Amino acid sequence: MQTTSILLGTRKGTFIVRRSEDRWVPQLSGHAGAGSNFVARDPNTGTLWAALGHGHWGAKLSRSTDDGATWEDAAQIKYPEGARYIAPPDPTIEDDTRVRYLDATVLKLWILAFGGDGRIYVGTIPGGLFVSRDGGESFELNLPLWNHESRGGDLFAGDGSGRTAWFGTPASEGGEFAPGIHSIVVDPRRPERILVAISTAGVLESTDGGQSWRSRNKGLMMDYLPDPDAEWGHDPHYVELCAGDPDHMWQQNHCGVFYSSDGAATWSKVSQPEQGVHFGFPVAVDPREGRTAWVVPGKADAQRMAIDGGLFVARTTDGGRSWQAQRQGLPQQNAYDVVYRHALACDGDRLAFGSTTGNLYISEDRGEHWQTVANNLPPIYSVRFG
Amino acid sequence: MTKVELTTHLHAFFPVLAGRELLVEASTVAEVIDRLEAMAPGFAFYVCDERGRLRRHVNVFVGDEMIADRRRLSDPVGPDSRVFIAQALSGG
Repeated sequence: MQTTSILLGTRKGTFIVRRSEDRWVPQLSGHAGAGSNFVARDPNTGTLWAALGHGHWGAKLSRSTDDGATWEDAAQIKYPEGARYIAPPDPTIEDDTRVRYLDATVLKLWILAFGGDGRIYVGTIPGGLFVSRDGGESFELNLPLWNHESRGGDLFAGDGSGRTAWFGTPASEGGEFAPGIHSIVVDPRRPERILVAISTAGVLESTDGGQSWRSRNKGLMMDYLPDPDAEWGHDPHYVELCAGDPDHMWQQNHCGVFYSSDGAATWSKVSQPEQGVHFGFPVAVDPREGRTAWVVPGKADAQRMAIDGGLFVARTTDGGRSWQAQRQGLPQQNAYDVVYRHALACDGDRLAFGSTTGNLYISEDRGEHWQTVANNLPPIYSVRFG
Repeated sequence: MTKVELTTHLHAFFPVLAGRELLVEASTVAEVIDRLEAMAPGFAFYVCDERGRLRRHVNVFVGDEMIADRRRLSDPVGPDSRVFIAQALSGG
């Protein structure tokens, strides 16, 4: 059954868009004035969760058990005493060759995910995956990922290797340059299989509930490294799987669109730059048909805007071999919408996406036709059905 | 007793601290935060990060002076002190 509400995280609060007769009506539903990075409903409990960035007051987790009528601070995500990380080279410091160990504090809560086993996951900057096994009453840092050899080893015990393959993103609340987990995918068939994607490192997979992790970056081509086939250094923007056929995975990467039909064991580049399908942030996957996916292309990394002022969604139904531009109902002149990584969602035949210019668009027919639901919302960070 | 005043922005998050005179027994700013945390659980994590450091965009004044020790909040306070906690004006 299709859901009849859409949850929006925006720069100025949490909105809920509800179906009222034949219209979609957005309403500010909490956290007025605060940044709401990601809002989602836990399908196991019905609780709504919001990952907030309060600016002055830091990152906070908020929850609602009454469909957004009231919100309360949840158990807070905190890095444990002694948690350190090796800072990526600071691009603002010339010839920055020092190894700098930083005490970890939460710089951003970026994404939430829910496992079929009831676990709740939170991805953060500076690169910590937090897990709750008690329905969100408490969260703890996943240490095997935090201590992974790719980021220098166990820095609780010592100084590790002194080398990290996890580089930074400036997406933290205060602009600090640090790695960030923006994608968490839990396999609907087996909740012990979890994948995370990191800007900037790549994709890692655990098949034992988070006790061990391995890289899943084979086939990703990196345009900005001397070795395009490097194991690390990749910049996935968002990773999603097909709920009904979870070996089919999609990735909108800084360097193109990638598709895997073998559970992320190998990736294939399926961009078609001549059709504009290359750069972007989000990707949505059909929940039943793993070869069908949607992206919202931008011009390029150096021009993060709709291509030539005409906004479109691109859909493939054949695993990326061909793409169709879907423009009906979307502005085709003077539109410069940018759609962030969490701001496109698919729920059966219905899709929705929101942009940093505060526009929200919905399609009821798999992207063939779009309607504009709102034009003057705050910059939209996340769009989720639920 | 040290008198504490808060920006109204914090009252919105912690209504239990609003509309009343806040008087605490404390000898340092860190102890002031501890007392407020006891009155309003969660308060300390709004003002400080999980390492106990004052958040970058928060200011604490003792009298008219901004505190010097933002890492450990060891600045002394006395029974006649007035402590003011507010968001830093960061421009814009």
